[in-house]
Amino acid sequence: MDSANGQPVSLIQCADLWKVYRLGDVEVQALRGLNLTIEQGEFVAIMGSSGSGKSTLMNMLGCLDQPTKGHYWLNGVDVAALRADELAEIRNRQIGFVFQSFNLIPRTSALENAQLPLFYRGLPLREQRALAAGALERVGLKGREEHYPTQLSGGQQQRVAIARALVTTPSLLLADEPTGNLDTESSREIMTILDRLNKEEGITVILVTHEPDIAAYAAREIVIKDGQVLTDRRTKPEHPPSLMGH
Amino acid sequence: MPAFLFLTLMTAIRILSRNRLRAGLTMLGIIIGVGAVIAMVSIGEGAKAAVQAQVASMGTNVIIVLPGSTTVSGVRGGQGGAVTLNVSDALEMKKRIPLLQDTGWAKRDVIQIVNGNKNWNGPVNGVSPSYLTIRDWTFTSGGSFTQADLDAAVRVALVGQTVVENLFEAGEEPVGSVIRIKNVPFRVIGVLAPKGQSAQGSDQDDIVFIPFSTAERKVFGTQFIGSVGALFATTERQEDLFAAVDQIREFLRARHRLQAEQGDDFTIRTQVDIGRVQEGTSQTLTVMLLSIAAVSLLVGGIGIMNILLVSVTERTREIGVRMAVGAKRRHILMQFLIEAMTLSVVGGTLGILFGVAGARLTTVIAGWPTIISGNTVVAAFLFSLAVGLFFGLYPAHKAARLNPIDALRYE
Repeated sequence: MDSANGQPVSLIQCADLWKVYRLGDVEVQALRGLNLTIEQGEFVAIMGSSGSGKSTLMNMLGCLDQPTKGHYWLNGVDVAALRADELAEIRNRQIGFVFQSFNLIPRTSALENAQLPLFYRGLPLREQRALAAGALERVGLKGREEHYPTQLSGGQQQRVAIARALVTTPSLLLADEPTGNLDTESSREIMTILDRLNKEEGITVILVTHEPDIAAYAAREIVIKDGQVLTDRRTKPEHPPSLMGH
Repeated sequence: MPAFLFLTLMTAIRILSRNRLRAGLTMLGIIIGVGAVIAMVSIGEGAKAAVQAQVASMGTNVIIVLPGSTTVSGVRGGQGGAVTLNVSDALEMKKRIPLLQDTGWAKRDVIQIVNGNKNWNGPVNGVSPSYLTIRDWTFTSGGSFTQADLDAAVRVALVGQTVVENLFEAGEEPVGSVIRIKNVPFRVIGVLAPKGQSAQGSDQDDIVFIPFSTAERKVFGTQFIGSVGALFATTERQEDLFAAVDQIREFLRARHRLQAEQGDDFTIRTQVDIGRVQEGTSQTLTVMLLSIAAVSLLVGGIGIMNILLVSVTERTREIGVRMAVGAKRRHILMQFLIEAMTLSVVGGTLGILFGVAGARLTTVIAGWPTIISGNTVVAAFLFSLAVGLFFGLYPAHKAARLNPIDALRYE
């Protein structure tokens, strides 16, 4: 994607990002002039202790929240200037979420859970079902379309959540502690899927975790402290763009 | 958007059917409210129609003038207790007041009537032929007497259904036979079509009509020739009824030479007055019961609001997830509104069914006439939809206003 002046535009560009909360009389500065750039196709792990501002950053990157001050450009669009419904539109079209606690809709089948974002896009029902079934197949849940969350293991539930995030073919996948509630085996499965989506489909994955072995799947590790980037280092060589998309 | 609405409706139905007891209890208020409205309105409509039929059975656009008290001081006679009205009043009235289509007169007495070995004590009315048309009497057999019969004081009689039942054998044809009224023989020339109960509850078919002149001279033995028990008048159009009443009052006061300070020596009534009293009673009842129904609907609506507020709280995380994957505020708003309206519409539909059943049951058990009109059913349906919309608005708005981050974090 190119900007008006022909310069390639980064997927994510944060400039002097501030977020200030008021908790009663106390002012909490969750983000303090954070600067960050993430390119299309990267696999990034964001780490940091609780209270470091990484959750606030995730909410901001996921367009769930807006900065108090500063700018966040997603694909060249300044999110800070958008209204609530425009943010919803961006979340629906460009962002997929994977949460620690899966956050599937209870007593609703895997297929319907995966269908949810398309539901709000107003696609014809047949198309919704076809796309959702395709997404479930991509995470290895073919044949489990009609299962309810309670009939699925934690790992399978998280895979439904990934299918839900994938179904809209987003450019950005945000995973907030995706393996936090899973055993080692399931964690490995989930990370393998995320890794594959990044490598084979070129989807940008941003991962929040505090487990080093999970962070190790990413190619870049950013540590947040006191609302700013503490360290930002590449842990693997950048994979060549020619490998993308097959 | 159609796919969205359809799926939202499906979701709403599924969510509600998942918790049938809760949904049922929530709908109870609406069911009772709508059911009561339907039952009450159909009973009210039935009563109104019955009153209208009764009023119509007495003849439409009819003005009745009854003789009143003769003096304004001392011992006063009651209504009809004096002989202040006579036949010439009726004849002059018709001539002088163009609004009047026709006038008639009647005088009655309860007298023994005999046929062979059977006898019956019934009201015998001496009437003008015009009276019969004014009061809209029709015949099952035979026909009315004429002006010539009246002029010649012919001894002919018309008998009502109740009298026929009491004086004749079943299957016996009354027309042509001779009955005795106060020992005077009368030929029956017509049998009146039944009218049933009057608005006051008396049997209108317990009646014998004979020409006024015959009654006066041969049966009643009247002291004052020409005095009548009541005068009757009709107007062509119902709108003229009240103008005609005023003109009759003016005319009779002038004719009776009443001074300004003197009260009327007659009383004027219309069928509209009589019907109005009856309708008034049933309307009071309807209004009272409708207000109970309205309270019930209000309570039902609050019940829906309450359960939706609980639902919004229970499903806060779900709302957060929906928002995270791209639900806009209006999507969330619609979801809860549709849920509220599903509750109220299902409740309303059940209420309509119960109401119709209740109305039918009232007819069967109490014998009251009921009328279930399509308009009432449609109105009840739309009203329950509106209740859902109105009481769903606040919880839905509350859900749509949630902040996605807070909603996602909600435990």
